[in-house]
Amino acid sequence: MTGDMQMNAMTDQGGYVTEDGRKIGGVMMEMKNITLRFGGVVAIKDISFDIREGEIRAIIGPNGAGKSSMLNVISGFYNPQEGEVWFHGKRRAPMKPYQVAQQGIARTFQNIALFEGMTVLDNVMTGRLTQMKAGMAAQALWWGKAEREEVENREFVEKIIDFLEIQNIRKTPVARLPYGLKKRVELARALAAEPKLLLLDEPMAGMNVEEKEDMSRFILDVNDEFGTTIALIEHDMGVVMDLSDRVVVMDYGKKIGDGPPDEVRNNQDVIDAYLGVAHD
Amino acid sequence: MFYREAGDFKTTYVDDNQTFPIKFDRYRYYAVLFVALAIVPFLVNDYWANAVLLPFLIYAIAAIGLNILVGYCGQLSLGTGGFMAVGAYACYKLMTAFPEVNIVIHVVLAGGVTACVGVLFGLPSLRIKGFYLAVATLAAQFFLVWLFNKVPWFYNHSASGQISAPERSVFGIVVTGANADAWAKYMICLVFVFGAAWLARNLTRGSVGRRWMAIRDMDIAAEIIGVNPLKAKLTAFAVSSFFVGVAGALFFSVYLGAVEVGEVFGIQKSFLVLFMIIIGGLGSIFGSFAGAAFIVLLPVFLKNVLVGGFGWATDLAAHLEIMILGGLIVVFLIAEPHGLAQLWRVAKEKLRLWPFPH
Repeated sequence: MTGDMQMNAMTDQGGYVTEDGRKIGGVMMEMKNITLRFGGVVAIKDISFDIREGEIRAIIGPNGAGKSSMLNVISGFYNPQEGEVWFHGKRRAPMKPYQVAQQGIARTFQNIALFEGMTVLDNVMTGRLTQMKAGMAAQALWWGKAEREEVENREFVEKIIDFLEIQNIRKTPVARLPYGLKKRVELARALAAEPKLLLLDEPMAGMNVEEKEDMSRFILDVNDEFGTTIALIEHDMGVVMDLSDRVVVMDYGKKIGDGPPDEVRNNQDVIDAYLGVAHD
Repeated sequence: MFYREAGDFKTTYVDDNQTFPIKFDRYRYYAVLFVALAIVPFLVNDYWANAVLLPFLIYAIAAIGLNILVGYCGQLSLGTGGFMAVGAYACYKLMTAFPEVNIVIHVVLAGGVTACVGVLFGLPSLRIKGFYLAVATLAAQFFLVWLFNKVPWFYNHSASGQISAPERSVFGIVVTGANADAWAKYMICLVFVFGAAWLARNLTRGSVGRRWMAIRDMDIAAEIIGVNPLKAKLTAFAVSSFFVGVAGALFFSVYLGAVEVGEVFGIQKSFLVLFMIIIGGLGSIFGSFAGAAFIVLLPVFLKNVLVGGFGWATDLAAHLEIMILGGLIVVFLIAEPHGLAQLWRVAKEKLRLWPFPH
């Protein structure tokens, strides 16, 4: 597709321009009427929303609202009983998480899910595994493609390491790192996969103000420099309102709001959900 | 002081990726290789080869194999003895069926056969984990030993039910059977050990190794970054069984010469190799060597000290030996649960700064 046609396609699908002048493209991922049940418990009830190309999309809601379940649906951990997931204009068949990863969707976890027994460098290198294709034989002999591939991917990983300013801990085992740095390493691992869509599950949970500022800066930079589309769950309202282009609000598995931060902020249902409301 | 990195700058990623990045380490490695290849073969006699060197080298291969599965991929296995038996019997069948083919090829093929069997018994690992998987692999252990006892085809219908290695040579030098020289046996095992360690190191430092370690450390996160758990676990089973099979083939053909499966490749062998990697260090090639050395060399050493040095009765020494070995294992594991390899790493860290720790 040429650039012009791409632009047309975008505007056809209703792309928009943000206040700070970033161009948001067409729909990248669309969730249509997703319902997810665990036995009798309904975690997600008939939710639809979309994520656009280049956008920072936040999912918020009180505890137990089903936000993480939503992310798990996107990344393939759960297959919803009802509803469809559309990615790049195609309906996605139910698939395993590793197949989702190969489609270009990376994520971080609410509780850090790093490989504790490996160094920072190795952890970030695992992010490149979808790109590394050398066969067993070549690797066993460390010959030809295996070594070349290792060096090429190392170069890419070093860029990410520079970008996230973790050069000095490259060779440190992850288990020795403090919490804030682990979060950053996990982001590095996700970025190393060159994702089209990056899912962040509470990237700032448990951080102090300074660390939150750093993390916010990194998220904005990722979006800006790599053009990565980002969907994030976060409880810090200040951060969410500042970072995101559009916000989905969930409560008890239902969608109660969707739109730009300002609109969501003034939505009566959202205020009720967060502040509580007298049921009479 | 000895392990200084200062001034030893790496300017390429290839340099940075090498196995021994520190100069002193590299030279020590070359020195060990030189001694093993150029000096030991001239000194070795039957006692040293049979009591110390051959078991050490062959167990080192088995330990490397099991370490790939348990230490790198996190899949607990108690089937090592059974898989070694597969290697031994495959080697025996190949040796007797194709006498004109080189024994080295037979040993490698025996490893290949074991890899296939290993993958088969690795299939349950997709559904079960940890101790439960260990029990499932125990089934492999018992089944395989039973199979080799029960089906006469495997031991060519010999009256004793044993398999014994016919005489075979490499480059005109006899390496199996009663007429093989100690140094020839030693050299062929050494070549296989070197090959196994080299292959294992290459596999564990690249993307395959990272897939295994990712599965070991957190399988959910591994899947989310694109690791196919089925493929990662089965490749680990295949590679691990390959090395274990090679070890079994050498154990039978070069070391023992004649084997009765229940006696040699029973459950105690599985535990022995597992203890080696636990004591040596899980997830470390060096640890496989250290563990094999500890388990093989220490009894010999103790025996020499107690019987040879103090002149005690052999039976008394034999019992004391077991007690001391057991005690040492406990002490080591309390002092360093991550094994000898970790002790070695800590020692190196200290040596980097010694004698000026500040």
